[in-house]
This record gives sequence, structure tokens and C-alpha cells, in this order.
Amino acid sequence: MIIAVASGKGGTGKTTVTASLATVWDGPVLAVDLDVEEPNLHLFLQPTIEGSAPAQLTVPVVDEARCTYCGACADLCQFKAISVMGQLLLTFPEMCHGCGGCLAVCPEQAISPGQRELGEISWGKTGGGGFLSGRLRLGEAMSPPLMRQVKARLNQMLAAGGDAIIDAPPGVSCPAVNAVIDSDVILLVTEPTPFGFHDFRLAWEAFASLGKPMGTVVNRAGLGHEAIYRFCEEKGLPILAEIPYDRVIAEAYARGRIVAEVSAELQETFVSLLSQVRDLAEPGCPGQAAHA
Amino acid sequence: MHKIAITSEGPSLDDQLDPRFGRAAGFVVVDLETMATQYLDNGQSQVMAQGAGIQATELIARAGVSCLLTGFVGPKAFKALAAVGIKVGQNLEGLTVRQAVERFQAGQVEMAQAANREAGR
Repeated sequence: MIIAVASGKGGTGKTTVTASLATVWDGPVLAVDLDVEEPNLHLFLQPTIEGSAPAQLTVPVVDEARCTYCGACADLCQFKAISVMGQLLLTFPEMCHGCGGCLAVCPEQAISPGQRELGEISWGKTGGGGFLSGRLRLGEAMSPPLMRQVKARLNQMLAAGGDAIIDAPPGVSCPAVNAVIDSDVILLVTEPTPFGFHDFRLAWEAFASLGKPMGTVVNRAGLGHEAIYRFCEEKGLPILAEIPYDRVIAEAYARGRIVAEVSAELQETFVSLLSQVRDLAEPGCPGQAAHA
Repeated sequence: MHKIAITSEGPSLDDQLDPRFGRAAGFVVVDLETMATQYLDNGQSQVMAQGAGIQATELIARAGVSCLLTGFVGPKAFKALAAVGIKVGQNLEGLTVRQAVERFQAGQVEMAQAANREAGR
């Protein structure tokens, strides 16, 4: 089972929930940081890193001696990564999405695969399980290509069995969708504020069409904006856990502690969340909440 | 024949110079010998997710211009413009197309050595 922990708004508590769930998990579990633009899960899980590898994207390298400037590559490219103007060919490797179309379509075999560095993938172990993380290269604009490579390694690491919990990036655009699209369950972490609710609704709209079981975790519960509760009831989105708005939690977080380890009550909150996530993922089990 | 392109919010010499290059509404192309003008619509580049500056360069290069007058040019567009040999006069925002052409003809527009905008702006 793969659980994606997502949100609309940033800073609602995705990493808090991911780290805590991984810590209370009742079997082999892999904690995955797919927020490759600013990974921070390692700050809480403090894994021992066992290996890392650079991630590359295939970009075109043109042999102008063979090029006839026919323009087939430039016509195909939707991203202007390759441009032909008269007897001049220009490539913009930083614009390339790595589809390989130009290599396939060139009638002169003038294009060969080059590489652009996307970032780094690292993996290791935490006290209770595995750890996997991607880190985007400074200056790299596209995160989905790196995320796909992290997910490929995730699948290798899960081949031996076990579950994975993905810490997704915030937002509702390509990176966020990429992080949740291969999961079995999506957890939406939100906070009861007007801003939190606004982005929560966007996230629900973006992810509902994927047809996956979804549940809500309300962080900083007690802040007073109740619209999230009404919305969840309307849409049949179960609220699986509430983490109280409490200074003790903020202090623990600021020290890099895992929130599930702060108190017996919080531990119980996440143990209960774990069992509800399992119920949500396995249709037909008793206790499964309805979802749209 | 010496043709220059000016980023423009509309088709005539009296329209406002569009400060953007890649995402300009269009280009007024002026033949400096005859002062004849031609308008190139840039709507296709305006809706692109990325690469608008490169596409706009392709558009004006096909029109045979040797110089561009505009407000801001990003780094990738600047690279493309330099590669096809189109000189760039920038920071001309706030003028009409006609005023920009007059300033150019009076020799008061310095040709840029580098982009003056970050990518994607």
C-alpha cells in the first residue's frame, strides 16, 4: 500500500503527519520525501543515508554536420527546447521535458541523447523502516522528471513487500499530482483557517478525479474556521484525525521531534489514523468510511 | 533593405510599445527605407506555457528584421536573437512605436549586450 500525504496549502503539517505515521506504522514501511524542491522529512526521521545517485534527464545533442535543418524536431517539440530558424539550429536543454520525441523523429539521426542533471536521489534507513528522498538541483525548474525517478526507486524498494508513505509537495499542480497519482490512499492535511480551507478545496477538486480513497487530517484543530468540517461532510470525506492547536506540539516540531512521540494521546491519534488508513485502502472492511 | 521590429500593443505606429518581448501582443515591422509597416500578431506566443521568447524570435526572424526595439528581453530569447543576428534595443517601455523608431533613427538607442529580465517573466 502506498499512502500519499498531500495538502493544498503549504505548511499545514504534511511532514508532521508523514513522520508520525511512519513512526507508529505496524509493519515494514518506507518513508518517501517527494517534496523535492524543499525536502525536510529527513530533519524529523534522521535517517542513516546508505546511498545516493544523481538523476539525469535525456536532452537532445545535435550533430550539425548531419542536420539538414528540415525542422521536424522543432515542429514536434511543444516546449521550444529545440528551434530551427533558416540554417540555424538552437537547443535550450533547460526547457526540455525529456520526451525523446526529437531523437525519434529526426530523419538524419543527427540528434543523440545528452543529459541534464535534475538532482539527487538518496536512500537509507530510519529507526523503524526505510527512507527515500529526492532533492532538486538548484536552478532546475522542473520537479516531475526527478519525482518519477524517485518513484521508480520506490517501486524497486517496495518489491520485497511493505508499505510506503509519501510526503507530497504542496499545491495542486503537476508536482503535487505526480506525488499522489500512484498511491492507493490520499491523506489531505489541512488546517481550519480560511486560507487552509480555500486550498483544501482546490486539492480535493484536483485529486477527486483520480478516484482514489481520500481522507482528511485536520491539523491545528480548534483554530475556529468550521467550513472544512461542513465541506468534508458534504463530500463524504472522512475526517480521520485531528491534531490539536497546541503550543507543546509547535515546540516539539521546532526541535525536530516527531509529534506522535510527544504524548501518549498524540501517539494514540496516529495509531488510530493508521488503522483508519488501512480501512480506507481495503474496500469492504468494517469501519470503512464513505468517500465520493 | 533594413527592417526593424517593435513590440507593440496594436498594429499602428501610434500604438503603445509593448514592454514585453516574448509575450508582446504583436510586432510592428517597419521598413526604414520606405517607412512601410506590417503587423505580426503574436497571440500564439502569448498562450505558450514556456518558450514564448523563442517562438517570438522565430516569428520576427522569418519577417527578415535585423533589429528589435522593446522593453524587456529574457535570457533564452536573447540567446535566440543573438544567434539569428537580430540586434536588440531594450528599456524602451513607455514610448509609442513611432517614438521608439524616431529615437532609433536618431541614433539614441544603444544595442544591448545582455538580457535585462529573468527567464519566464
